[in-house]
Amino acid sequence: MKRSTIDIWVGAFVAAGFAGLLFLALKVGNLASFSTAETYQVQAKFANIGGLKVRAPIKSAGVVVGRVSNVTFDNESYEAIVTFNVDAHYRFPRDTSAKILTSGLLGEQYVGLEAGGDGVMLKQGDRLRLTQSAVVLENLISQFLFNKAAENKVESKDGK
Amino acid sequence: MVERSGVLAGLLQGLERLGRGAGAKIWRLGFAARFFAYMLLHSGTALRRFHLTIREIYFAGVLSMVIILVSGLFVGMVLALQGYETLQRYGSSEALGVLVALSLVRELGPVIAGLLFASRAGSAITAEIGLMKATEQIAAMEMMAVDPIARVVAPRFWAGVISMPLLAGLFSAMGIFGGYLVGVKLIGVEEGAFWSQMQASVDVREDILNGVIKSLVFGVAVTWIAVFEGYDAPPTAEGVSGATTRTVVTSSLAILALDFVLTALMFTGGNGK
Repeated sequence: MKRSTIDIWVGAFVAAGFAGLLFLALKVGNLASFSTAETYQVQAKFANIGGLKVRAPIKSAGVVVGRVSNVTFDNESYEAIVTFNVDAHYRFPRDTSAKILTSGLLGEQYVGLEAGGDGVMLKQGDRLRLTQSAVVLENLISQFLFNKAAENKVESKDGK
Repeated sequence: MVERSGVLAGLLQGLERLGRGAGAKIWRLGFAARFFAYMLLHSGTALRRFHLTIREIYFAGVLSMVIILVSGLFVGMVLALQGYETLQRYGSSEALGVLVALSLVRELGPVIAGLLFASRAGSAITAEIGLMKATEQIAAMEMMAVDPIARVVAPRFWAGVISMPLLAGLFSAMGIFGGYLVGVKLIGVEEGAFWSQMQASVDVREDILNGVIKSLVFGVAVTWIAVFEGYDAPPTAEGVSGATTRTVVTSSLAILALDFVLTALMFTGGNGK
């Protein structure tokens, strides 16, 4: 049977192809972070979420503890409701505060959690009370410019 | 008056030629679709007598591996060089891994592997089937009550469909390795940042799986075009050479057009990513 020599090459090719795909999935992609671990869901209201997206990380002290699962708009308070899943290993007090932060100047946005001092821990379906919105760069710049303009006006009046 | 009727006649003639050409194209497209359906219905033999398909995987896949691996390596290395030039201007050269991985996994891997596959394996399939037809091997098979579509065409088609995603995966993996060689080993981007940023922003479902789906679609398109052009080729030396050229041109265009459609479907909808 001459077929066996071809079989070994085809076998090697298929194995190499799957190895390539596996390399992509494990080393390049984040399959490992697709944990099936238990999570609990927490909500927080923000006046402005900036560029926060679904699947953005939730970090506490710089460690990823969960991911954003949903972002909706609340039609009564005109605020954004961010729902996120926190890994069940990580437990936070009930008065934990949430901030929307940016990694680096131009990096992606994430939610930072800062633990409070309450003895009762957060549980499934809780809502965080203390939140701080995203810093919108345009607002900062316009505030800065208006302040500068106001200062100049005062100075030119004084000069007269 | 005479001049006018001459212009009118010329116009009518042109219109007629256009209509005939379009009619022939549509006729051919219909035949290609019927051919495709017939091939799918009669691929039982190719899957049952799998050694027929394995033999074709050897010719279409294994023998294309060298060109795919070498091209992947070089494309990855060039991406790293070019990407670094641009990224370092914005002080974010650590994002090189993301740039190389995303461009390879989402676009370049499936598309370039598909183009190489079309010119390396697609043209060979067309030429082989066309020559079998020209030398009346296909007719001889029909005489012996062997269905040439089940015996000759379907195994080649399935071999192409199986090989293509594997080749695209190899291309992307090799390209990322090339990017790593140039980015980390040659230029000196921080190795931890290279891999961790890549892992943080490449999504298994969103990016890698979509890339695999793309390459599967390209595999179907390229091999369908290749086997059809071969089967439909006029049984002359000239006809076979024309069919081979048409295979490469049509399947390259099909890959690029399908890539646009698939990208529009996959990466613009969804969660605004």
